[in-house]
Amino acid sequence: MTKDRIKEGIIAVLPIVIGYFPIAMAFGLLSKNTDVTFRNTSLLSVMVYAGASQFMALDLIRAGVSAGSIILATFLLNLRHMMMSASLAVEFQDMNKKFLPIVAFGITDETFSVISFNKDKIDLPFVLTINILAYSSWALGTIAGYLVGEILPASLQSSLSIGLYAMFAALLFPEIKKSKNILFLSIISAVVYVILFYSKIFTSGWDIILGIIISSSIGVVIFRKNEEE
Amino acid sequence: MKSYLPLIIGMTLVTYLPRLIPLALLNNRNINKSLKEFLLYIPYTSLSILIIRGILTAADGMKIVTVIGVGIAAIISYIKGNLVLSVLAGIILSFLTINTLV
Repeated sequence: MTKDRIKEGIIAVLPIVIGYFPIAMAFGLLSKNTDVTFRNTSLLSVMVYAGASQFMALDLIRAGVSAGSIILATFLLNLRHMMMSASLAVEFQDMNKKFLPIVAFGITDETFSVISFNKDKIDLPFVLTINILAYSSWALGTIAGYLVGEILPASLQSSLSIGLYAMFAALLFPEIKKSKNILFLSIISAVVYVILFYSKIFTSGWDIILGIIISSSIGVVIFRKNEEE
Repeated sequence: MKSYLPLIIGMTLVTYLPRLIPLALLNNRNINKSLKEFLLYIPYTSLSILIIRGILTAADGMKIVTVIGVGIAAIISYIKGNLVLSVLAGIILSFLTINTLV
């Protein structure tokens, strides 16, 4: 039984493992070029484990921004995981509480997406398999990038990183096919985000958080109305 | 060179705590119906936003490539519903597009 869950986890996490490795390599390489030591580069991926934040931190280190400001920016960028974690809490209610601190560490945009779109399969072995393999890919990719990053052609790195967005689309579109509500929800989210993005009132990180809150709220209001009619 | 350790520890905390706190607090509790609906919509809204954001924030030359990669994955997954096949097609088509267009 557990074996089956692990096997299903491996299949579900495969696109993430394939997608993370080259991005982590790019991070390792960029970190090396920013004169961050091998130890600190590895620690960033092993301890922080947040791709967008790590790239942003390198940018800010280069610009000479203080550690406090980098931490604040990281906090804002990662607040979106608060909503993802809250969303998963609904699905994880039967899970052994002891493992929640470990499971929580592995929540990223990608693992959240894959886990929440496999609701019928959620249990500890499935979730842990996904988290551990995604994390290993990120950590090992970073180390590989620092050590031998120069050998991977840039065009291959770019196309592999587009794979993550392809995965997001491949998770979303079968759901859109199943339900008109989800189609509306996706269109609303896209429109809301485009408006937030071009209004440039909110910095990166906040615009994601607000976009999720606004469009999910619109969903609650609109679909409630439909039910009443 | 100055030490990056305080920075790394700070970044670790502000990354980990938002991932942990809702999971620890909301677990095994009765949640208000509207809040539950709100939380259930998050996978769809956040995914849509991450896709759009990926396209909007791609470097100028990469915008078309990203749209093509995401587009083919969307089409194949819509028809076939196969995740790995869709992602691989997205990657391969992106790679071919980069090498012909950019």
